[in-house]
Amino acid sequence: MFTEQGTVAGKMSGGTSRRRFLGSLTGLGLVGACGRRLPAFTGGLIGADAELGHRVRDRKFGATTKVVRTRAVVVGAGISGLSAAYRLTRRGVKDFVVLELERDAGGNSRSGANQVSAYPWGAHYVPLPSASAVEVTELFGDLGVIERIDERGHAVYREEFLCHDPMERLFLHGRWQEGIVPHHGLSAAERGEIGRFLDFTEGLKTANGSDGLPLFAIPVDRSSRDAEWRRLDGLTMAAWMDGEGYRGPAIRWYVNYCCRDDFGAGIDRVSAWAGLHYFAARSGVAANAPSHAVVTWPEGNGWFVGRLRDVVGNRLRTRCAVWNVEREGSGVRVDVWDAASETGITYVADAMILAVPAHVAARLVPVPNPFMSRSNETDFAQGGHEPGRIPGGETPPSTAGGTPAATETAPLPHPRFMGGPVSFPWMVANLTLDRLPVGRGAALAWDNVIYDSPSLGYVVATHQRLDPYPKETVLTYYRPLDDTDAVTARMTAFRRSYSDWCDMILSDLSSVHPELRSSLRHLDVMVWGHGMVTPVPGFLWGSERGALGRADAPVYRAHSDASGMSLFEEACTRGIQAADALTVGLEGRA
Amino acid sequence: MTDRTIQYLLLASVFVIATCGLIYELIAGTLASYLLGDSVTQFSTVIGTYLFAMGVGSWLSKFVTRHETRVFVHAQFLIGLFGGASAALLFVLFPHVAAFRVPLYGLVGLIGALVGLEIPLLLRMLKDRLEFKDLVARVFTFDYIGALLASLLFPLVLVPYLGLVRSGFFFGMLNVAVGVVTLECLVADSPWKRMTRVLGVGLFAALLCGFAGAERWTEWSEHSSYPDPVIYARSTPYQRLVLTRSGSDVRLHLNGNLQFSSRDEYRYHEALVHPGLSRLENARRVLVLGGGDGLAVREVLRYAKVEQVTLVDLDGDLTQLFTQQPLLKRLNNGALTDPRVHVINADAFTWLGSAEGRYDFVIADFPDPSNFSLGKLYTTTLYERVGRVLEPGGALVVQSTSPYVARRAFWCVDATLRACGFRTEPYHVYVPSFGEWGFVLAGRDLLATEVKLPEGLRFLDERTLERLFDFPADMAALPVEVNRLNNQALVRYFEEDWSRYVH
Repeated sequence: MFTEQGTVAGKMSGGTSRRRFLGSLTGLGLVGACGRRLPAFTGGLIGADAELGHRVRDRKFGATTKVVRTRAVVVGAGISGLSAAYRLTRRGVKDFVVLELERDAGGNSRSGANQVSAYPWGAHYVPLPSASAVEVTELFGDLGVIERIDERGHAVYREEFLCHDPMERLFLHGRWQEGIVPHHGLSAAERGEIGRFLDFTEGLKTANGSDGLPLFAIPVDRSSRDAEWRRLDGLTMAAWMDGEGYRGPAIRWYVNYCCRDDFGAGIDRVSAWAGLHYFAARSGVAANAPSHAVVTWPEGNGWFVGRLRDVVGNRLRTRCAVWNVEREGSGVRVDVWDAASETGITYVADAMILAVPAHVAARLVPVPNPFMSRSNETDFAQGGHEPGRIPGGETPPSTAGGTPAATETAPLPHPRFMGGPVSFPWMVANLTLDRLPVGRGAALAWDNVIYDSPSLGYVVATHQRLDPYPKETVLTYYRPLDDTDAVTARMTAFRRSYSDWCDMILSDLSSVHPELRSSLRHLDVMVWGHGMVTPVPGFLWGSERGALGRADAPVYRAHSDASGMSLFEEACTRGIQAADALTVGLEGRA
Repeated sequence: MTDRTIQYLLLASVFVIATCGLIYELIAGTLASYLLGDSVTQFSTVIGTYLFAMGVGSWLSKFVTRHETRVFVHAQFLIGLFGGASAALLFVLFPHVAAFRVPLYGLVGLIGALVGLEIPLLLRMLKDRLEFKDLVARVFTFDYIGALLASLLFPLVLVPYLGLVRSGFFFGMLNVAVGVVTLECLVADSPWKRMTRVLGVGLFAALLCGFAGAERWTEWSEHSSYPDPVIYARSTPYQRLVLTRSGSDVRLHLNGNLQFSSRDEYRYHEALVHPGLSRLENARRVLVLGGGDGLAVREVLRYAKVEQVTLVDLDGDLTQLFTQQPLLKRLNNGALTDPRVHVINADAFTWLGSAEGRYDFVIADFPDPSNFSLGKLYTTTLYERVGRVLEPGGALVVQSTSPYVARRAFWCVDATLRACGFRTEPYHVYVPSFGEWGFVLAGRDLLATEVKLPEGLRFLDERTLERLFDFPADMAALPVEVNRLNNQALVRYFEEDWSRYVH
């Protein structure tokens, strides 16, 4: 005598979903109706060490009390600096130090952790590296991200590290849809427009330029030099979309979202070449994942930081402010303030790698470039200015290969790279919750995006966990501050108080998760003054960018700012290349 | 107060006492049949105990030689307290005490004795106010009318609308109220009266709190969600655990999903364990992932060759319940207390990542892949971790949902195991409470064909076993994707297949 329900239900009862639905309504009702006071949450503003940073700018440090001889100094322990250091050890250079201003290594890939989970403070994933990204692929193999190469020559990824399904969802028209390409509730015309764009960019993934190189590659410098395409660097993505007839709000929101996600600014600000690069350059192949897959961890790219830091070991010195660099003989002298021990240290090295953002590098070792006009102030002049250019002055954009075509397109909206490349500020928040957020439609994904929100949505830190019942979680909420020009946005951002940020974050999130506030336990906010470099028109293929990465032995440079894109692959490749060049340079001298 | 009023008051008390008394008896009988099954035995023994205890109470009344009214009031309070809280008390005690019948009959006996004491006392209190023939006639008339009322109220109003726990508290309050009214009308002012009044009011308030907070004892909404009476419900940190019982059929539900029915679970668990384990001649160490009910372990322990069983289940409350609760212990034959068995409360995925032992046979008996977090337990990553703890020549069996209802989901488990380099032998069995159910047996090498089934099986023999591996056309293999962490193909198949079947 078994019941009807028992027979059909098996291990899953058919009535469950309805009950669960009713249950969630009750839950909402309680939160809404009782009007009881919401529980307090803790947290605060977490910032870069501004005090130490400003002292670097003003060079207010005590006298050197210790002189240390070493083969190489790496300044900066972001991904580029750590990759450089990792490569040095692989090439047999063991005697070096890595100097980092902050308390923790990692740069944009820094992460935090609490009793619930580790979580990122910035970069949080890496797409499958494409064929051009040789250095990154090799690193992935070294760190076990790629386990082996199968008989067809395809990389087999460690599946725990691939972003688990469901990967993305989008809150659109009152409910969550799977995936972030908008489709729910759109007209056929709007869907058609999005389809046309995606088909176009899909075609670009395998397209080569007149020189036989891929049109859009990562690292960016391995892209084709085809002038026909590079011309697109002279206009904004929005202008290109206008010209191609992409006018619907959904396609424009989507492309704008993607540009803000990778470049910190939208289609009105980034170049069309950069905008297309976002869609066309990720063509990695895996034996056990589709090409749009990414690798990620609870702590985001902090995972790489951890692995690379293990290799670097005690050569890493944090809270060390490099405030002066001078050439000394065939080597360099690096003056450092060690804030931890309150001592001044001078490193005398055969060579150095500057793995810091362009605006920091410009103060330490000026680059031979007109837009870095402050270089004149320092005593370490290297190279000269190109003739015919006035430092800091307005110069027309020029394109590589001397094609005049680019200059004929849209006038450039920015005063040209006066203080270095353009970078917008970002705000990143980590919210610790008692319960997973709920909502209508598709299930909670790794990346959760809200249509038409000023934010980029949130990422769920516990998504990659393997135990089946996580209840508490940490959400990482991202917001590029690109509503005005970068300098104003930066000033506004640093003036905002913690409670201003909380209001901003919670009002955005409560539009999709009204219940979220009642489960919030802790909220930390970090403001990045220079979130990431923005490839504004003319920057990627103008002459200025090349100088940012140019080595002048014994000073080598490694930072993704020189790529015009703040990508892990760019930073890593530049770090590895700088370490290779440095090693070769030292061997040459020896 | 006139003599007549007092007379009516006392007769009204008889009526209330009779009603309450019978209600407590019915509550105890119903609860006992819910919790212990076999309603004929339970009702009969509860009624017997109750009536006998009433007799004991009546006999004891002769030892009350003075202060009848005072004793009467106190007895009312005690009936209110024990009767009122009886249902809640029995529900709470059930999972924690080994001998549930001791508190059950203890309570029934106590209440019966107190009620039995009351009637003679009332007779004595009324004896000067009525003639003997009238006295006996009226008291027993009210007594039996009360009984009639109770027997009608109980099934028609109380159980469906108030539930057992609330009904108990409600009638407990009535008892206490009678006590207090009697106190006010019949006892002259004294320190004793004032103290007793405070006691009565306090007791009434306590019962009222119990009545208001009854939902905390059990979730009453659950009763309507399950076809059978809920005998135990509890939220562990990981899941909602509900046991229901209908006659001899005990069922376990986790988060609303049926895990087993005691009536036919032997089919499921024999099929889960024996097709693999009976063919591994030297299997000494067995690992069970999930399966905290110990029913799979019970089957494993049938083999003398098995020296050690490791059970890894996330939910410590679940394994504890199936280790200690006598009813559930009877179901798994005390498997979880067997010296060969080692219970570990950990997440299987994480535990496998750091496991150091090697096992000859691994049983993956996880809940169905009905959501993305459970779907992870059926991925290539998990099976590769299992592969690392398997002895050479060992085997793994996976409960793989219904090949009839969720055909693609079933074959997806098979494809996933094959993608990890296992040779698979899928099979299926009919379990009445589940329907057609499937398993995939997997090993690095081919398994021996020689079968050595243990004694005492109710379902499997060699002939039946052979037939399990035969798949008719409507459940036959079909091309499906491999389930990986980054595609969760299984969850999608499962969801689509089941919703198509249910609707």
